[in-house]
Amino acid sequence: MGKKSDWEKIVITKDIWLPGVFFALLVRWCVAAYPYSGYKTPPMYGDFEAQRHWQEITLHTPISTWYRNTTHNDLNYWGLDYPPLTAYHSYLLAVVAEWLYPESVRLFASRGYENEDHKLFMRWTVFLCDIYFYVTATICLCIDTERIKPKDEKNVFKRTDIATALFLLYPGIILIDHGHFQYNCVSLGLFMWAVFYIVAIENDILASSCFILALNYKQMELYHSLPFFFYLLRKCFINVPPRRKLYHVVSEFNKLAIVVVCSFIIIWCPFLRSWDNVTQVVYRLFPLKRGVFEDKVSNVWCFINVFIKLKSFYSNEKMAKICLITTAFAVLPSCMDLFFRINKKKFILSLINVSLAFFLFSFQVHEKTILLVAIPVALHLPEDPYMCFWFLLVSNFSMLPLLLKDGLLIPFISTSFIYLGVYNIALKLSLPSAGLFTFLNANRVYKTIQKNKSHNSVFLKLVSLYFFVSLLGMFVLTLCIVLVKPPKNLPDLFPLLISVYSCSHFLLFFLYFNYQQFCIPKCLPELPKLKTK
Amino acid sequence: MIYQIVFLLTAFKLIFISLYHSTDFEVHRNWLAITHNLSTDRWYYDTTSEWTLDYPPFFAWLECGLSYIANYLDPEIVKVQNINYESGMTVAFQRLSVVFLDFLYILSARSCSNLVENGKLLMFILLITNPGLLMVDHIHFQYNGFLSAFLLFSISTMIQGKYLQAAIWFAILLNLKHIYLYIAPAYIVYLLRAYCFTVASTDGVHTAWYSFSIRNLTKLGIVVLSVFAFSFGPFIQHLPQLLSRLFPFKRGLCHAYWAPNFWALYNFADKLLQKILPKFGIEIAVSEASMTGGLVQEYNHVVLPSITPSVTFILTVLSMLPALVKLWYLGADIRYRRINFVRCLTVCATCSFMFGWHVHEKAILMILIPLSFLAILGDVDGRLFLLVSTVGHYSLFPLLYPKYLLPVKILMLLTHCSITFAYVPSLYEVPKAKGGKRRGFLQLPMLGGFESLYLYGLMGLCFFENVLHISLGLDRRLPFLPLMMTSVYCAFGVSYFWIKYYHYFLTFNLSKIPTKVKS
Repeated sequence: MGKKSDWEKIVITKDIWLPGVFFALLVRWCVAAYPYSGYKTPPMYGDFEAQRHWQEITLHTPISTWYRNTTHNDLNYWGLDYPPLTAYHSYLLAVVAEWLYPESVRLFASRGYENEDHKLFMRWTVFLCDIYFYVTATICLCIDTERIKPKDEKNVFKRTDIATALFLLYPGIILIDHGHFQYNCVSLGLFMWAVFYIVAIENDILASSCFILALNYKQMELYHSLPFFFYLLRKCFINVPPRRKLYHVVSEFNKLAIVVVCSFIIIWCPFLRSWDNVTQVVYRLFPLKRGVFEDKVSNVWCFINVFIKLKSFYSNEKMAKICLITTAFAVLPSCMDLFFRINKKKFILSLINVSLAFFLFSFQVHEKTILLVAIPVALHLPEDPYMCFWFLLVSNFSMLPLLLKDGLLIPFISTSFIYLGVYNIALKLSLPSAGLFTFLNANRVYKTIQKNKSHNSVFLKLVSLYFFVSLLGMFVLTLCIVLVKPPKNLPDLFPLLISVYSCSHFLLFFLYFNYQQFCIPKCLPELPKLKTK
Repeated sequence: MIYQIVFLLTAFKLIFISLYHSTDFEVHRNWLAITHNLSTDRWYYDTTSEWTLDYPPFFAWLECGLSYIANYLDPEIVKVQNINYESGMTVAFQRLSVVFLDFLYILSARSCSNLVENGKLLMFILLITNPGLLMVDHIHFQYNGFLSAFLLFSISTMIQGKYLQAAIWFAILLNLKHIYLYIAPAYIVYLLRAYCFTVASTDGVHTAWYSFSIRNLTKLGIVVLSVFAFSFGPFIQHLPQLLSRLFPFKRGLCHAYWAPNFWALYNFADKLLQKILPKFGIEIAVSEASMTGGLVQEYNHVVLPSITPSVTFILTVLSMLPALVKLWYLGADIRYRRINFVRCLTVCATCSFMFGWHVHEKAILMILIPLSFLAILGDVDGRLFLLVSTVGHYSLFPLLYPKYLLPVKILMLLTHCSITFAYVPSLYEVPKAKGGKRRGFLQLPMLGGFESLYLYGLMGLCFFENVLHISLGLDRRLPFLPLMMTSVYCAFGVSYFWIKYYHYFLTFNLSKIPTKVKS
């Protein structure tokens, strides 16, 4: 606290990040008090039941039949469709669950088991995973953001306390993990550790092993794999000594290859007895027959489906090929740019672009998958607060139909406003004249990160107007879906409108972030100094 | 910055809407129904629900006003016969009414923090983010924030020297909730000394008896009495019934869960002696109700003498007296008497909390709110605030008993502590020079080693209650052990605070480094 008697005096003088972290955890538990997906809705229940069912299966059936349809394992009832690491995690939890709530993991008998204490136990498992993987990674990344910040740069979004609070309060992951019930925090936490090893420590070996772990927790992490691959591959080609060029490149590449292959072998070890086992798992992970999308997803195919009924035109296999080709074209510019014009700053942008391309164009996308895009965007937020914040709001909004189904309307509203509140506080800290609606004004928001430039461009004014209209649209759609009854012949009208609305945003964001990536010049990452004997 | 913080806080309050609420929720719904449907002369007679109206008239009028909005939203809410009616709209309406009435509290917090020079924003944050208020109002369900607004307004007007206004605010407060009668002595003494004696003092110590102003006393009397007349006037014929509702002495000495005060220690000592004395060969008559502990409100002491309401009343008054006398003398100094008035207020609240009859654990808020104000203004206040706010909020935990709220309570307290322990000391602790005395390992800022140990003990206590107690299988044999441990453990802390703070207040003299309050 300063000496001046001034309301606007910045109160937070030291970087004290504990209140922000505790508050973020508090919000998680408030959300956790609400129902989970499929709460009291037999016969299939929801994701909560799926997680509980996997515990039951992994505990009671031999490892070789986890992914197979047997008399003890009915794959039609929430069969395992995540990679082995999820299965191991489920097994671990099952052991604990059997000790505490044996009823909850009885084979067959426990289907649809619902008990308040058991719910609490499951909530605790998510919470502890969240702290162990996600929160720690966030704090490390945020500390690093402040560490590498130039001394004279006064970007408030790079301060550890603000950055951690803002990151941890991103409503999407809170609502999905602690409300809807999933363990995204594990795979995304591992992914963030991988990013941390690349961005902060430049330890490629740890990075790739962390990423392999994330990939083996949820196969959706494949969305992130291309930037990792191209970035690490390109790094093998720098600092090549004048002699024995090929040897150097191959040995650098081999190091990574060995790590990747070894991690895969270790994780898949129990399934490697026969080739048949492996194909069965892979077949479970990539189900072709489930169609291009299930519910309403904010991607291009769902968008097009409004006008042309894709499912009647193309078979699933054909559709998958179309998806593959379009996705490949969509990711190509970003990946090539990362490879040929490498720059450490591009890495996160490339993660955004590639995962967004996958989200928009690939096969079998869930609405929750937007989290895979949202996390890199949240990482990028200190560089470009205005657009990233906008994107994060839209991404959260795109999951609204899902959240409504779970009865999470109140947490959705509250956490969105909390997030806006923290963002507002951050703006206020750097712009003493900021008011409650400054966040709409692109000129003033960009002023907080680059003080010396004068910001008064007409283009940014138009962007601000667009942001305002976009928020208004989200607000109206939220009111509609909650209050207005859809016409009888179009029961899915509002969910569809929401996905089309979000999709149109995502397409524009896709162009914007691609453009941003191309704007960054090439700059070779510094290699850690080699020890000389 | 305040708008941003209020925005964040209000957004956060919304998240509690569908969470657990106590029977107080139904109490207030019933009051809405009573005040909406019955004529005023039936308000204090209706017994359709067991939750009869037992707040003073102004609060009933507030409910009456709210009931019109409720009737507009869902007419079922305001039907007297609809006991335990809980539609989504009811929950949303009642919860939002608390959130909206809290804006008055935020305004009052702002008017208080406008009075100080250093730490304006910190005081504002401490006042409005009080976790006790969040727990009691927004989860448990009550309107304490709204009520505290009147207290804070009266404090802030009193500090500005607008005595009549302060008296009006406080009179209104008394007619909203009569529990604030406990701190009325401080108001009476201070208003007499500061307002009815026009000359502060000649030498700064003695009272200038000749300056007694009958005019001021009459003004004060008229103002206060007219508020009371306005409130009780319509009920003049039903006054005995009204008073019997307001002051039910049929309840026991302690609430079901013992508030952490002197009587908790007294009961604990009784239980302890009950166990120990037979070992020394002293026979005691064992009554049946004695072992059920917290379950029965009527609790007969076995070894120690039983307590009657009059005893608690006398003890409360006796314990307040020295502070009031001290306030009279401190009132001689025109510069610092204002802040000492708030201190005396806190002391009186603590005395009543310590010795009162049937004290609720929620009453700790009456201590914590004025103390958060003082925490910015003096280092000893700040130091003791750190201690008692942690203990006091912890003692509120049993109020929210559902298991899923445990992490919410703990994290709320941790968030609060991480703010207070980071920012309050930064007001007083000068950056240590090299080679200066450093804090010991794990010692909390501003607190001594023993006090820090006590606060860390809360963690152990929490762990025992929620993990060990169940895993050791004690929950079958001694189900009320955690409650008793919490209240006794916290009672030690509150008593320690009471003694320390009382001592500080009594030995306060003007030679101590003054803290600045803008006049």
